[in-house]
Amino acid sequence: MKAYFALFSARFRMLLQYRAAAIAGFGTQLAFGLILVMILEAFYRSGNAEQPLTQAQAVTYTWLGQAFLGMLPYTANPDPEVRDMIRSGAVAYELALPLDLYTLWYARAIASRSAPTLLRCFPLLFVAYLFLGMTLPPSLASGAAFLVSLLAALFLVSAFSVLITVSLMWTVSGDGIARLLPSLVFLCCGLIIPLPLFPDWAQGILNILPFRGMADAPFRLYLGHLPPGDVFAIVAHQLLWTLAFVLLGKWLVGLGSRRLVVQGG
Amino acid sequence: MKDLRDNFRLYLLCIALSLRGQMQYRASFFLYSLGQFVAIGIEFIGLWALFHRFGNLKGWTLAEVALLYGMANVAFSIADTFGRGFDTFSGLVKNGEFDRLLTRPRPTTLMVAAREFPAMRIGRLLQGAIVLVWAAIALQVHWTIPKIFLLVGAIIGGACTFIGLFVLQATLCFWTIESLEIVNAVTYGGTLTAQYPMTIYRPWFRYFFTFVIPLACLNYIPVSALLDRQATLGVPEAFPYFAPFIGVLFLLMSLRVWKFGERKYCSTGS
Repeated sequence: MKAYFALFSARFRMLLQYRAAAIAGFGTQLAFGLILVMILEAFYRSGNAEQPLTQAQAVTYTWLGQAFLGMLPYTANPDPEVRDMIRSGAVAYELALPLDLYTLWYARAIASRSAPTLLRCFPLLFVAYLFLGMTLPPSLASGAAFLVSLLAALFLVSAFSVLITVSLMWTVSGDGIARLLPSLVFLCCGLIIPLPLFPDWAQGILNILPFRGMADAPFRLYLGHLPPGDVFAIVAHQLLWTLAFVLLGKWLVGLGSRRLVVQGG
Repeated sequence: MKDLRDNFRLYLLCIALSLRGQMQYRASFFLYSLGQFVAIGIEFIGLWALFHRFGNLKGWTLAEVALLYGMANVAFSIADTFGRGFDTFSGLVKNGEFDRLLTRPRPTTLMVAAREFPAMRIGRLLQGAIVLVWAAIALQVHWTIPKIFLLVGAIIGGACTFIGLFVLQATLCFWTIESLEIVNAVTYGGTLTAQYPMTIYRPWFRYFFTFVIPLACLNYIPVSALLDRQATLGVPEAFPYFAPFIGVLFLLMSLRVWKFGERKYCSTGS
């Protein structure tokens, strides 16, 4: 356990060095957030029926989405170094380590999903709160519930992104299926539009799927759209899916490393 | 004139070579295109859901916005295919490879553009085209020659504008070496912006995408004319028909800026 934690912390500290990338990401996400907010506001001005999410809530939801975007596996290649290892054959060295390959990759994934986001989210949240209509959580309890479920979301997202990485053991090039997953995740976790705005009949399916635990559920706890008391059920849902992804990932890594042909040279 | 024809032939040759190379990996090509097709299609579900919830967008229906959406995506995918070499240009400056291009007796723009031709972008093109066709059928547009000219012209002009943006992005590398991620806010952000009627945005933002980067002239204004809607930006009636030329002009201007930047280029030496 100590070895994995050391790996995590080394990777975490290394990723915190990329401050210039964080600043660049900040500008891009600010621009995208602004466009998305303007589009949503226009829709709210057009429809006059009561909506399941108020306009102010939708705006805050959008900013939260941009701030924590980096946490989600938004590329087909969540860990480029592992992909290169699989391509170049260096993965053989990893297999030779007296460590469990899956846990190793999982520890790396947690670091890659958290450190860059930690760098980026604060400036964006700060600017959005001061100038762009973002609001604070309605109560301290909502804020605390948000933080707890955000942490659980980190474990869930990391377990999922390891699955994408593991799929590279079969496809190598990483085209096709790995490219579909990120946009599917984005749609189903609330990054494209807030989940409550989907048709009512879709809510049941979205509630069961793992993806809402990656962004939507924490965001709605923040807004008070879900009462803080719901945090227990939500975290249970998140951790249950995390467990499922971890077990599936472990099984796949075992299967993959048995049939792995190391590309020599 | 002979030079121009010669260069053009060379460009086509490079593209043909690149295509043949890509076709060696047929499965990869197919999967990538399919992946992009579905990925972009998933985005459209978000648009559909918003209309399902709110009914209309400032008086625009889903089919009308879908027309904007389809045109923006088709134009962008064309630009992404032809201008990809400029999008990844920073690599050339960083490793000094650009010095080698400078020694060749051909225009640098030609060589940079011919360097990459990712035909896989056909996934986005196809998705945009399908949405476009669906929108045109749903809206029962009465097609006349001027309207076809508007549609095709706006797409070509839009593609030219996006290529121009890629060229400007690459030009910046002459000074910054590193590619500036913030430019994505204008290219990818521009595609997102162009998918909706310009009137929904705040005035400063609208002016930016009309007068600084003329995207509105190539999407919102021609589409309004196509749908016989009054474009609320207060332009003369004949203006939409000139719009495609604005895109071409923007591209020519970007190439001018490129020439200027090239003269300021200072090799990294690596």
